[in-house]
Amino acid sequence: MDRYTRQTSLSDFGEVGQQKLSEAKVLVVGLGGLGLPALQYLNAMGVGTLGLIDQDIVDYHNLQRQILYTEKDVGKSKLNTAHNKLQSQNSETNFILHDTFLTRNNALEIIKEYDLVLDATDNFPTRYLINDACVVLNKPFVYGALHGFEGHVSVFNFKGGPTYRCLYPEMPTVEEIPNCDENGVLGVTPGIIGNLQALEAIKVVTGIGKVLSGKLLVFDGLHQNYLKIAFKTHPENLAIKELRETYESSGCSIINSISAQDFSQKRLNKSQIVLDVRTPKEFEHNHLAESINVPLQELELPFNLIESKAPIYVICQSGKRSELAIEQLQKAHPELTFCNILGGMNRLSILTQ
Amino acid sequence: MTILLFGVTKDIVGSSTLSVPTTSVTGKKIPNTVRELRQFLGDAYPELNKLSSLAVAVNNAYAKDEQIINSYDEIALIPPVSGG
Repeated sequence: MDRYTRQTSLSDFGEVGQQKLSEAKVLVVGLGGLGLPALQYLNAMGVGTLGLIDQDIVDYHNLQRQILYTEKDVGKSKLNTAHNKLQSQNSETNFILHDTFLTRNNALEIIKEYDLVLDATDNFPTRYLINDACVVLNKPFVYGALHGFEGHVSVFNFKGGPTYRCLYPEMPTVEEIPNCDENGVLGVTPGIIGNLQALEAIKVVTGIGKVLSGKLLVFDGLHQNYLKIAFKTHPENLAIKELRETYESSGCSIINSISAQDFSQKRLNKSQIVLDVRTPKEFEHNHLAESINVPLQELELPFNLIESKAPIYVICQSGKRSELAIEQLQKAHPELTFCNILGGMNRLSILTQ
Repeated sequence: MTILLFGVTKDIVGSSTLSVPTTSVTGKKIPNTVRELRQFLGDAYPELNKLSSLAVAVNNAYAKDEQIINSYDEIALIPPVSGG
């Protein structure tokens, strides 16, 4: 094992630590700013099995922080691109690819195969889903999240320690906390947080040092401050036995959705009613021939659709704004059927390539 | 007392710290507990009231609403963040 000699020569880590890494199965949820740096190190250091899950494609505005991707990768699937690069970085690693997003329906099935989960997502619904699934399955998970120049890191559900819900019991609404798309992130920040997550993952797997459990690390890049906040386990949060009915951001409504793939199939057979809620500028750049542009900012259902019997499909660039739009539309028109196109134009464009 | 602001609370207040008076000259109630501090800040910055799960840390530990606070305590507002 010459390859790992610089770390096996560490007395606290040693051949024993390396052996534990080689036997470990770690799932990284999200192949973006946090997931990629974490994966590059976990892979380089010799974690035996790495699970990759994401269905997004590489976008031009990802490149300032997702530094595994190059300009040539724009428009390609993150899953395949990341897999190819990680494979050439370490051919000994066993990669398991999940060509999907983590959802309520697949989370338990996917996570149960792993020893540890690294939460490298960019949205609250998936974070709460990962939390609950890990509690149900009794798996620890390494949490990382960002806001501007700041980041959070903690290890949840580790040996009876607190969970994400012990810190933040209920999911905030979309109106409360902006997501990454609207809120800037300085490119280097996810690199720092993702690497801290990788470090904690290594500690959980090998047992070295003191795992960041029961403590939330709050990193403030502008002032180079690292604040550690202690918090306790609320036993009721460890008693979760099943997932909730829904993990939508509103917390109350269930939003119909369809995968981009299934939607393309439907579209081939018969033209569908599609509302495109992106800005007029984005719409001008590219859109589906049959779609009607109703920007989210001035959202109103076109008059001729008010009594529509057919489902109304709603699309945006990535599938997030369309979800918001449906929440609003459904409130105003409870009798109509709306359906979100998952992954939006991003996903559709990769299918038609 | 000085309060450190993180995440969206920093954006709402427009600064990374906030000073809360510990003696009152106007007769206005001075916050003595975490709950009163939440109310005090919510009155000054109504946007903060929208945050359903805002963690308050006192001396580097997650504090419950009934915890008593003093002028020398280190207090931080830590809202959930979601970016990745």
